[in-house]
Amino acid sequence: METEDPRAPLDVRIDSPGREGLTGTAPATLYRRLRDSEEITLAPDGRPMDEQPAWRTEFPIDWPQDHYVERRDFMKFMVLVSLSLTIGQFWIAGQNWWRRRRGDLPLTRVASVGDVPVGGAIVFSYPGPSDDCLLVRPAAETFVAYSQKCTHLSCAVRPRASEGLIACPCHDGYFDLLSGRPVAGPPRRPLARIRLDVRGEQIYATGVEATTA
Amino acid sequence: MSVDGTNRRPFTRGQRTTILSGMLAFVIMLTVLQLWLLTATMNAYLGGDERVVWPAAVTSAGCFLLNAGLLRYLYFLDRERR
Repeated sequence: METEDPRAPLDVRIDSPGREGLTGTAPATLYRRLRDSEEITLAPDGRPMDEQPAWRTEFPIDWPQDHYVERRDFMKFMVLVSLSLTIGQFWIAGQNWWRRRRGDLPLTRVASVGDVPVGGAIVFSYPGPSDDCLLVRPAAETFVAYSQKCTHLSCAVRPRASEGLIACPCHDGYFDLLSGRPVAGPPRRPLARIRLDVRGEQIYATGVEATTA
Repeated sequence: MSVDGTNRRPFTRGQRTTILSGMLAFVIMLTVLQLWLLTATMNAYLGGDERVVWPAAVTSAGCFLLNAGLLRYLYFLDRERR
């Protein structure tokens, strides 16, 4: 590949390198073909330019180069998307690491047995003050507690103890009251279950169980 | 002489476009795989299944490295042409 600058001063002798017999002061490289034969502009439909509409001949675009550049830029964008997805994946891994490092959740008193009537429910916060949960008493000796966030889109679920269900009013999702498993509607994962410990007349929350099954 | 020091003739633009299209198809497949992996991992993580989190992160990183390698080759192709 020739790299000399055509504007550089030349030796005026006719047989000097770079002139190759040309008269005048023009270097031979000025007449060198600047583009390869395969880099001739082609219309997108492949027909010759004299068969193309007037607008295309008046505003010629180097279509093959245009195709190459747009694919190249799209590939760069996709690699950027790939990087973002990888960062998201490691963000989940970091959250998981943080959750495990946090260890066991604290033992927290939720209510007294007498605070919840049979067939009734109360709302409490566990483990954080913004984590609302439901404590339901379907039978005299049975207490169950779940996170109040629907596993579909995090709407607040409501108990229907008489029907044995917990319902999400946003998209008509239903969960089984005793197991927390989804039984109808869009949710696919069970509600996060709050582990309970009944000690005498006091009910304590001891942890959270989130499962896919 | 090409940038890697050999006397190989540089690819023509048509050849480069074909190579680029192949690489792009591969990058799209890997990125869609990563997207699926992210949604599946998020679903598993929110459901308390922690076993898949780190293997999925490593797999996703591997996909990104492959994509980055292909992008590096694209820059190499462009540099070779100049």
